[in-house]
Amino acid sequence: MKRLSSLKELAGLRQSIATVRDTKKQVVNICGGTGCIALGANDVIKAFNEEIAARGLQDKVDVRVSGCPGFCERGSILTIEPQNIFYQRVRRKDVAELVQATLIDGKTVERLLYPDLTTGKKVIREAEVPFYTKQKRVLLAHSSRIDPQSIEDYLYFGGYAALSKALSAMKPEHIIDEMKASGLRGRGGGGFPTGRKWETTRHAHGDIKYVICNCDEGDPGAFMDRSLMEGNPHSVLEGMIIGAYAIGAHEGYIYVRNEYPLAVKNARIAIEQAEEYGLLGDNILGSGFNFHVKISRGGGAFVCGESTALMASLEGEVGEPRAKYVHTSEKGLWDRPSNLNNVETWANVPQIINNGAKWFAGIGTAGSKGTKIFSLVGKVRNTGLVEVPMGITLREIIFDIGGGIPGNKKFKAVQTGGPSGGFIPENLLDLQVDFDELTRVGSMMGSGAMIVMDESNCMVDMAKYFVTFLMGELCGKCLPCREGMKQLHYLLTRVTGGLGTIEDIALIESLCSTMWDTSLCGLGYSAPNPVMTSLKYFREEWDAHIDEKRCPAKVCKPLITYNIMANCPNCGLCVKACPVQAITPRGKKEPVVLDQVKCTRCGSCFDVCRLDAVLVK
Amino acid sequence: MVKLTIDGRQTEAKEGAMVLDAARALNIYIPTLCAHESVSAYGACRLCTVDITTRSGRNRMVTSCLYPVEEGLAVKTTTEKIAAHRRMLIQLLLARCPESPELKAMAKKLGADDTPFPKEDPAKNHNCILCALCTRACDEVVGQSAISFVNRGVAREMAIPFYNDSDACIACGSCFYICPTNAIQMTDKNGKRRFVMPHNTMEFELAQCAQCGRYHLPKRQIAWMAKKSGQPLEFFARCISCREEVRL
Repeated sequence: MKRLSSLKELAGLRQSIATVRDTKKQVVNICGGTGCIALGANDVIKAFNEEIAARGLQDKVDVRVSGCPGFCERGSILTIEPQNIFYQRVRRKDVAELVQATLIDGKTVERLLYPDLTTGKKVIREAEVPFYTKQKRVLLAHSSRIDPQSIEDYLYFGGYAALSKALSAMKPEHIIDEMKASGLRGRGGGGFPTGRKWETTRHAHGDIKYVICNCDEGDPGAFMDRSLMEGNPHSVLEGMIIGAYAIGAHEGYIYVRNEYPLAVKNARIAIEQAEEYGLLGDNILGSGFNFHVKISRGGGAFVCGESTALMASLEGEVGEPRAKYVHTSEKGLWDRPSNLNNVETWANVPQIINNGAKWFAGIGTAGSKGTKIFSLVGKVRNTGLVEVPMGITLREIIFDIGGGIPGNKKFKAVQTGGPSGGFIPENLLDLQVDFDELTRVGSMMGSGAMIVMDESNCMVDMAKYFVTFLMGELCGKCLPCREGMKQLHYLLTRVTGGLGTIEDIALIESLCSTMWDTSLCGLGYSAPNPVMTSLKYFREEWDAHIDEKRCPAKVCKPLITYNIMANCPNCGLCVKACPVQAITPRGKKEPVVLDQVKCTRCGSCFDVCRLDAVLVK
Repeated sequence: MVKLTIDGRQTEAKEGAMVLDAARALNIYIPTLCAHESVSAYGACRLCTVDITTRSGRNRMVTSCLYPVEEGLAVKTTTEKIAAHRRMLIQLLLARCPESPELKAMAKKLGADDTPFPKEDPAKNHNCILCALCTRACDEVVGQSAISFVNRGVAREMAIPFYNDSDACIACGSCFYICPTNAIQMTDKNGKRRFVMPHNTMEFELAQCAQCGRYHLPKRQIAWMAKKSGQPLEFFARCISCREEVRL
């Protein structure tokens, strides 16, 4: 690999990659993201390679392990080019048939095509799948066509064009002006204007400055940053190089949690490849600009996603936040000016440089520009990664893209922004999703997790669940967060246990208010959000727990009982399933007997019963 | 110098000074548990929260121990809301350490009689409020870092590594002197210095003065002082009183 020493050489390399590439050759793009791997993608990849070798098709077909197309619900996913056929839920056993039918005979395999959820009609092209039609895929546009471990693939799709534009035709000030004009706001949660952050760091005093990429995503149900780092690491790296050039930094760090092994691996490969090509390192593309990036692996502490805690962790200290009255853009890592942005923010940079601030500002709402990636999870039919323009409604995301709630159940709430985001009820489904609107209703954009809940979720219990999560993840430095969360958990346990009183609610409210106003970092002051929105929008459920000692969703164990109905034919399934031997058979065709004292309300009998003979009261 | 107003009073403070210092210079009382002039500001107890309005009109609550003074800043050291927050904070601490006389006294001062939260067993936390004064003193003043925090979150405890005897501890007692709630006890008896920490006990040998025979300093502290000052060990063989006498 020859190190590129000028923009001309980069253009030449891009040209030669395009000439060598045979666009008529068939390519099987198989998603190699973590979700699909969990569903057996590695077996599928292996099977394809074996099958193609066995049939001697190596010269006619390429197998490409691509980034994540986002439709995790339907993994393992693959696309065949140039026919552009979209196959889903592919398993190892399907491979031989796919090779014969599609790659050799040129036909489609009907049963592996995506069936439209309402009409049942089979869909051939990815672009026609309803999950994709309402999305606007900018950052994820090439993920499913690029091998993330190949810089050539990224270059083929126009990669590093933004970097060469920035180095050749733009001064650092122009880049910052462009970022400011684009209206890009930080995708990590705070929504701070990126251009302004860069400007402050550029103007901060100090010879040594740092740029940092935050890939410490740790929210339950969130995988936007992981997928982006796994699926298209060069786009993040390119953004960081442009940012460093604009800010005047020569050193950068990617802080990625070690629990994301594939993201760590792909980021490392991307850095090595970029260094070999001279896109990273000293004298980038002959411009005289030097920039080095190192990877730092995080130990998996949720609080280390907070910028100051992350920097403490990077320094080798305990990952605890500090007050940000003096911004990290002035005094950050090792007390030097540091610009920290999250993965998605960095990935937006090349797009803005390539297409211009005007194009970017044309997408979205007045206060929030561009697209946003959400991980759509929970009680929704199409689990996956969606990229939508800002300003789309929650209803469109959950019902049009997400396909609605499975099992004919009723939608209840959606939580946006991770464990400290608020619950948004059904009457606010037409809310336009952007930073300010979500904050207005008591939730937040956060990094983009979206957890859908249905009628079988108890909102008091959900609030308790997230408080329990945060209680295990907080650092313990400041009093309101540490002691407050402990007491909040205690109070919520009282309510879900049927011991709550009206005074408890008043205490919860004033405790939350103190946590909001006096906590040291974002974890503490946003932690009351789920509790307060649950109280605000689902008060009747709280009242049922307190006044009637009843859990309307039938979730809170101390408030429910399992009962055997008269139609029980004594099949014995529940007798075997019960882990505490609380169910005894009485005889042929006679309903079994459930001992309420022994019963732990685990729900095993309810789950195994095929005749609806177990009733939850 | 930076000009600002605190509770309506015009004042000046050095650039880089904290709002808490500026308020104290005016004899304005702001409650604190984790601030001390010998160590860096930390912001753990949050009791010093004040209301500020910047020159540009932005209003918010900040911890005064960590917020640097700025030109044109208007500070209110107490409002109804802040008083309520301080009461809540001290009530949370009272639940943690229900028998601490220091906390009870402060609670009374802040207008809280009792805590609405369940009181933890006093033997669990031993009056330690995790203010980090001792760990900061050990790190920043003594330079030994013999004690620090273990565990994360609600399980956080102040302890020495592995709850075992610490090789780094020089038995100087800085942690004992700085603790605002007497969570660390130190007694010198029978030639031994004994520390009862919230989660462990340690004992160190004291040295005897070569002249008067009195037990004066822990042997480890003498070694540390000799190393730090460059004086020979024999210099510390006599206690400070005997040494002073000679000089006179």
